[in-house]
Amino acid sequence: MTPESFQFLTGLVKARSGIVLTTEKAYMLETRLAPILKRERLASLDALAGRLRSAPSLPLATEVVEALTTNESSFFRDGKPFEHLRKILPALAASRPAGQTLRVWSAASSTGQEAYSVAMIVNELGPVLGGRRVEILGTDLSRDVLARAQEGLFSQFEVQRGLPVQLLVKYFKPDSGRWRIADGLRTMVRWQCYNLLENPAILGRFDIIFCRNVLIYFDAATKTQVLSNISNQLQPDGYVYLGGAETVLGLTTRLVPSSGERGAYELMRSAAKAS
Amino acid sequence: MQNRSCLIVDDSPVVRRAARRIVEGLGFTVREAKDGAEALVSCRTEMPEAVLLDWNMPVMDGLEFLKHVRAEHGPSRPIIVLCTTEASIDRIVEALAAGAQEYIMKPFDAGILHDKFVQAGLLSDAA
Repeated sequence: MTPESFQFLTGLVKARSGIVLTTEKAYMLETRLAPILKRERLASLDALAGRLRSAPSLPLATEVVEALTTNESSFFRDGKPFEHLRKILPALAASRPAGQTLRVWSAASSTGQEAYSVAMIVNELGPVLGGRRVEILGTDLSRDVLARAQEGLFSQFEVQRGLPVQLLVKYFKPDSGRWRIADGLRTMVRWQCYNLLENPAILGRFDIIFCRNVLIYFDAATKTQVLSNISNQLQPDGYVYLGGAETVLGLTTRLVPSSGERGAYELMRSAAKAS
Repeated sequence: MQNRSCLIVDDSPVVRRAARRIVEGLGFTVREAKDGAEALVSCRTEMPEAVLLDWNMPVMDGLEFLKHVRAEHGPSRPIIVLCTTEASIDRIVEALAAGAQEYIMKPFDAGILHDKFVQAGLLSDAA
């Protein structure tokens, strides 16, 4: 691949998704785009870049962006945020007026493991939530992964990443060599195609926002923009979870780490600001 | 870090070797047994912290070993992770009822083994 083609393809990804692919990621272009090259009968990434350069509005461009921006995922990834969620959900449920739904947002939900992990926690908590309705929204840039998430069908490999076997037995059924999540959990989650660079006001307010392992792909200005966007949608006493390698330092002052909780953030309170 | 030990029980030397490499990478000292009977003797000699246990083996299969070792040593020692091609819900439930802590459906890789050791309480999820 010529440097020009690499620049063009990564430029397309940056423009559409905000995600910055550095030159070390060149191998990823080769592996992730190989199926598209084959299907389109294109000889090389240069040929693909050429086609898109002459017709950038093709659906092909969207496909290329999606192929380069989906991530590996696992159930209950990194453990800690989910332990924290289990701890704070009952208190949040108790603090809301009768009839108000608790809302959880899995931003950049990929193939759905994060949102379904939340659904399992809500279901396991059961009566502790006092009948409070919990709505889970999973969003992703890629319609492809959203369709997979919505189907709730996971490979044997996927159901063994992060998922305790007791929960596998309880919530999944074998389905022609794969594992299908129970309808009861599937219907707890709504899926929507959404780009983190867009204004999230249309999604409404949330009590809990998972936005993990996605900021790492953005440049500083975009990180700040995304953190500001999600802060706007967070209830005053809500929580945001970021990935283990992510931070708000130097990016926003609106979110501060929850004391003693790795990866959990809350809105800066006016009281805390004064002290 | 204390000396942590894992007994790998599988009748296939190839699987034992692959599993050993991963489990040693997770910080465990590894011993091997090629069937349930050998594994039972090994546990009596020196109790390992963890057992990675195949199901279908000659002489004594994994489920039989599991029942013996639970009868002899109680429900929590050693921590037992099944690792087998058996992948039906009935089989998984049967192993859990007999006292297994976790269950791996083959084929496995380092990621799955790591995650299942976390689920079984053998590793922290920090990694």
